[in-house]
Amino acid sequence: MIADIQIPDALLVQDYIAGKEEALATLIKRHESKIYGFIYSKVSDRDVSNDIFQDTFIKVIKTLKSNSYNEEGKFLPWVMRISHNLVIDYFRKNKKMPLYRETEEFSVFSIMTDDALTIENQLIANQVELDIQKLIEELPEDQKEVLIMRMYKDMSFKEISELTGVSINTSLGRMRYALMNLRKVIDKHQIILTN
Amino acid sequence: MAKIYSKKNQLTTTMKPKKEVVSFLLNYSKALHMIKVADNSFEIIAN
Repeated sequence: MIADIQIPDALLVQDYIAGKEEALATLIKRHESKIYGFIYSKVSDRDVSNDIFQDTFIKVIKTLKSNSYNEEGKFLPWVMRISHNLVIDYFRKNKKMPLYRETEEFSVFSIMTDDALTIENQLIANQVELDIQKLIEELPEDQKEVLIMRMYKDMSFKEISELTGVSINTSLGRMRYALMNLRKVIDKHQIILTN
Repeated sequence: MAKIYSKKNQLTTTMKPKKEVVSFLLNYSKALHMIKVADNSFEIIAN
């Protein structure tokens, strides 16, 4: 339709966010071949391509409806990036979960493992954790501080340096010394910290 | 005179998603409402 060609994507997106559902239909119709074709070129399966296409646009719809989209005149590249990432997720998932069919000779339970720790191993893990916490207490205050922030509070070195008022290099140095000293303490007490 | 059979140009078929998929997306969009409360967003699907 001529009207579709004249209205740029950015305006259609604006209209859609403002509540005009037909704008989404126009956008999909305009770009469906390119996006679907791109997905199919990677996965070579029509059903999977349909699924990924659907998931792509579900993300698009949610982002637009929650007003989280920044219009920079790049609607199509944005949607293509979403579909590209979903294709990657599909391949990652497929790699981790190969399809096994059970037969008389082969049971899937012969290769499935339960990675959860046994009760005994869980108790040992808890004890090791307690031992480590006691050892950390023996470190110098500045090293202990950095180690706790990094390992237990999951802070970046940038955040640590800002909070402690030192440079990033100093924080990195303190962390390095903390680990070296921890190893020395473990050796000194001859502790076994393995499960 | 023999007929001239010219080879038809092989058109590349444009690939498109299933109509049902597009239809689902349009209906999903119509039914979906996003509500923001403080820092959280909630999705509501109105049937």
